[in-house]
Amino acid sequence: MTRRVFIPDDAAALSVGADAVASEFALEAERRGADVTIIRTGSRGMLWLEPLVEIEVDGVRIGYGPVAPELVGALFDDGFLDGGSASPLHIGPVTEHPYFARQTRLTFARCGLTDPLSLSDYEANGGLVGLRKALSMDAEAIIEAVTVSGLRGRGGAGFPTGIKWKTCAEQTDAQKYICCNADEGDSGTFADRMLMEGDPFCLIEGMTIAALAVGASKGFIYLRSEYPHAKSKLERAIALCEQAGLLGENIDGSGRSFELRIRIGAGSYVCGEESAMLDSLEGKRGEVRAKPPIPAISGLFGKPTVVNNVLSFAAAPFILANGGEAYREFGMGRSRGTQPFQLAGNVRQGGLVELAFGVTLGELVHEFGGGTQSGAPVRAVQVGGPLGAYLPPERFDLPMDYEAFLEAGAMIGHGGVVVFDERVQMARQARFAMHFCAEESCGKCTPCRIGAVRGETILDQIIAGDDVAENIVRLDELCEVMEEGSLCAMGGLTPMPVRSALKYWPGDFQS
Amino acid sequence: MSDHLAEIARAACARHDNAPDALIEVLHDVQGALGHIPREAVSEIADALNLSRADVHGVVTFYHDFRISPPGALVVKLCRAEACQARDCETIVAEVETRCDVRWGDTSADGAVSLENVYCLGNCALGPAALIDGELFGRVSADRVETLVKAAQRGKP
Ligand SMILES: Cc1cc2nc3c(=O)[nH]c(=O)nc-3n(C[C@H](O)[C@H](O)[C@H](O)COP(=O)(O)O)c2cc1C
Ligand code: SF4
Ligand code: FES
Repeated sequence: MTRRVFIPDDAAALSVGADAVASEFALEAERRGADVTIIRTGSRGMLWLEPLVEIEVDGVRIGYGPVAPELVGALFDDGFLDGGSASPLHIGPVTEHPYFARQTRLTFARCGLTDPLSLSDYEANGGLVGLRKALSMDAEAIIEAVTVSGLRGRGGAGFPTGIKWKTCAEQTDAQKYICCNADEGDSGTFADRMLMEGDPFCLIEGMTIAALAVGASKGFIYLRSEYPHAKSKLERAIALCEQAGLLGENIDGSGRSFELRIRIGAGSYVCGEESAMLDSLEGKRGEVRAKPPIPAISGLFGKPTVVNNVLSFAAAPFILANGGEAYREFGMGRSRGTQPFQLAGNVRQGGLVELAFGVTLGELVHEFGGGTQSGAPVRAVQVGGPLGAYLPPERFDLPMDYEAFLEAGAMIGHGGVVVFDERVQMARQARFAMHFCAEESCGKCTPCRIGAVRGETILDQIIAGDDVAENIVRLDELCEVMEEGSLCAMGGLTPMPVRSALKYWPGDFQS
Repeated sequence: MSDHLAEIARAACARHDNAPDALIEVLHDVQGALGHIPREAVSEIADALNLSRADVHGVVTFYHDFRISPPGALVVKLCRAEACQARDCETIVAEVETRCDVRWGDTSADGAVSLENVYCLGNCALGPAALIDGELFGRVSADRVETLVKAAQRGKP
C-alpha cells in the first residue's frame, strides 16, 4: 500500500532545509523499496519543528521534527513508515500536539493539511462552499454576513470590514477594484505569507466574494518582493482557478466576472499603508495620500476600491460558508472571531497560533511559546510590529483584544508577538524605532521625515549619557509632534514603541 | 549606450504593454536581467512608457530593491528587524565585519560581496534570517556568513 508522506514547501521550512529533507526521503524510500508518495504542503505553523515531516497511518498523520537530511536513515530504522514512536523526533499525531490542539483554526483550517495547489483537496476540505453561497446571494446579503461576523481588518487598523465593503458597494462607478494588501512588512509577522503559500485558493475565494459583494470586476494582490515563494504559489493558483472557471469570465457559470492579477512591491515598508500601496500599484513612488477621499470611494486609478489585508479576505470564505454568527461566536468584546497570532523572536516555540481574541499575552508567550529560546527570562515583548508597544511581563495579563490594547497604549496590529530576553536594551530598541521610521518614511510630511532623524539623534545622546534628563524631555515633545502632526500612522505611531520603552524601562535610559 | 542594454529595457517595457503603471514590474525585469538599473536604462524606459526621466528616476530611488550600481558577486541581505534582533542578528553583523574586513551596507571595492540590510523576510520565528544570493535561510550564524564571504573574497583576485 502506498504511504503518503507530507513535507512542507513553505518558505520558512525551506529556509531550514525542507527541500534537502524531501529529496532524502525519496532516496531513502527507494533504497528500502518502500512505496511512498511525497506530498508538499504548507506549514502547520509549528515552525520550531520545521522541517516537520508527517506520515499518514490509518488516516492519522504522525509528525516528526525537526528533521535534517542526515537523520532520515535513522528515522526509517526507528519505524517511521509505521508511524513508530522510537525516534526522538516523534511528536505523535500532529493535530493532537498541544500547540495545535488548543488552536481554533478557522482561517488556517487547511494550511499544512492539504496540497496548496490541489483544487480537489481544497473542495474536499471545505473550500468553495462560501463562494458558491455568495454566488447565490445578493450583494447586500453578503455584506450583511460580513457585518454580522464582526470581522475587523487584520492589517493593523481593525476597521470593520463590512462597513468598508458597504461603502464601496454604494458607489455607482462601473469600474471598481478589489486590492489585497499582501505587503506584510511588520517584523514578527508571517501569517499572510503562510496563508498565501499554504492555502492560496482561500485568499482567491475571499477576494472573489468581496468582488461579488461590491460589484468589482478586477482585483490586484500587492505582494511584497520578499515573498517569491508566495508569488509562485499564487500565480499557479490563479491559473488553476482560471482553468477551472473560478476566475475570469462567468465564474462557476454564474455570469459574473472577476479578473485577478499580482503586482510585486519593491522593498518599502510604507507601501503597506493603503494609499501608498495604491500609488505603488499605479507604478509610482509609494507616497501616502491625504484622506479623504477614502479608497472605498476613490482608490486605485481614482475608482472605488476595497483594500483589505490577506487575512481579512481569507476570513470571508468561512463567514459565508458558516454564517456571520458562527464567526462572531468566537472572541471577546468588539474583537470577534479569531486572529492568527505569530510568535517570533527569542521564543522557544515560534510559530502561528490561530485563536479567538481574548487569550492573554502571557498565555501566548508562555503556554504556546514556551518562554525564550535562550532559556533566559523574558524581559520585553513587542506586539503589533515596529509601530507597536513593548510590554513587560507585568502586562502579560492583557487579553488580546483591540480595545484592551488601545487602553494600555498598545496595539494588536497584524498579530505579531516578538519576544526578547533579559539582554535587550530598551533605549536601543527605542532608537531603532526612530531609525526604522527615518529609513522607511515616505517623506511627505515633516514631523515624520525630520522628526524620526531627530529622534534617532536624541536617543543616541541619551544612550551616550549626554544631558539625559533634558533629552528625555525633548524626546517626549518630539513624540507629541509626531503623534499630532503626521499624515499617517508611520510617523504617528513610531512614538508608541518609544514611549512604552520609556514608561516600562526608565532605568534603561539612564546609562 | 549599448544596444544590448536598450534592447533589454525596451523588451521589458513591451512585455508589460508599455503601460506606465507597470513601471515597477519593468524595473524588476530590467534589474533581473542586468543586476541593476543603469542610468541609460532609465531614459529608455522613460521613453517607452511615456514618462519623464525624473518620474522613472524618482521611482528607482524610492524603493530599496532597486540598485543604480552593480551588486557584488555574493549578495547577503541580513534581516535586522526586531524579531531577528531578538535572536542576535547584530552579533552576526559585528563578527562578520571584524573577521572579514567588510562593512555592512557596502559593496566591497573588489566587487566580491554586497552586505545589505533588510527589514523582515517573514521568517521571524526562525531567525536570524537572511537572503543569500536570493535564497532564504533561517537560523543563520556568523560562521556560516563568514565562510561564504571568505569564499567570495578568494574567488575575486
Ligand atoms: C506604515 C504602515 C504600514 C502598513 N502595512 C500594512 C501591511 O503590510 N499590510 C496590511 O494589510 N496593512 C498594512 N497597513 C494598514 C493599511 O493601511 C490598511 O489599514 C489595511 O491594509 C486595510 O486592510 P484591513 O482593513 O483588512 O486591515 C499599514 C499601515 C501603515 C500606516
Ligand atoms: S507620516 Fe511619514 S510615512 Fe506617513 S505620510 Fe508622513 S512622511 Fe509619509
Ligand atoms: S524580523 Fe527578521 S525575518 Fe522577520
